Amino acid sequence: MTASTIKLATTAEDHHIARMAAVALGLTVLENAIPTPLPGVKPGLANIVTLIVLARYGWRAAAWVSLLRVVAGSLLFGNFLAPGFFLSLSGAVCSLAVLALSMHLPQRFFGAVTHSILAAFAHIAGQMAVVYLWLIPHAGIAYLIPIFATAALVFGTVNGLIAARFMDNGDKPEPEPQP
Amino acid sequence: MLAPRHIKSGDYLTLLGGITFTVWITFAVWSGGIADTALIRSGGKVFKEVPLSRDQEIEVPGPLGTSIITIEKRKARISSDPSPRQYCVRQGWIQQAGEIAICLPNEVSVELTGGAKKYDSLNY
Repeated sequence: MTASTIKLATTAEDHHIARMAAVALGLTVLENAIPTPLPGVKPGLANIVTLIVLARYGWRAAAWVSLLRVVAGSLLFGNFLAPGFFLSLSGAVCSLAVLALSMHLPQRFFGAVTHSILAAFAHIAGQMAVVYLWLIPHAGIAYLIPIFATAALVFGTVNGLIAARFMDNGDKPEPEPQP
Repeated sequence: MLAPRHIKSGDYLTLLGGITFTVWITFAVWSGGIADTALIRSGGKVFKEVPLSRDQEIEVPGPLGTSIITIEKRKARISSDPSPRQYCVRQGWIQQAGEIAICLPNEVSVELTGGAKKYDSLNY
């Protein structure tokens, strides 16, 4: 077998996005170690990274980081193309769609907390839509909406506060990668 | 930290909106409406329709024997049933519109109706 070298031309931005996605991935792994009372209720710590990337580098970079995290995370946990993957994906896509709109809110008045809360609600909305349209087409899942909405509110706020705090603290160009 | 630069005034507004939305949707989804009638079925046919306002016990015949449905304080339950696994009895009291207790082996069910029925828990 001949050794072949495939070299992709990468830019500094690519490296940066990959680094951010790796940080997000680290948080995803961390968060999977936390037991949850109800499947689907997760803090979504990786979204802190998405928020920071959004604030600093814009929507395109945030979308890359978020989607890379979803795909790589599913490969890591072995549920690529399984229902859980599509739930993550639909949540991420809906969140990004809402972030694309909410980032145009006046920055003087609306910060990471706003984006985080809106994205969290969009996330559960996207997931519930997939659950209803594909996995459990039964109106009974409506009973779970308040639980997920509460979780979105709480975790959205907390993640937003963490992101805001982080951006307050550091004028560092980028967060330190997690081990 | 005393004056966080990245928490803006509008963020409180969003938080307030989020809380309002969550509270609203909780009430909208979880208050299933006041039930006022118990619809008792036996063998797929309506056996009796009774108001919840009057406390009473109703005996319903089925293929296995007699199920007893108790109505008390605007709630209903199947208090006795000949089914082997007793699922419907163990379900206990039901009180919101749309709730239903079913004894499949004895083909007896009691469903609460009335108020604004949001959805049918059996069909979609």
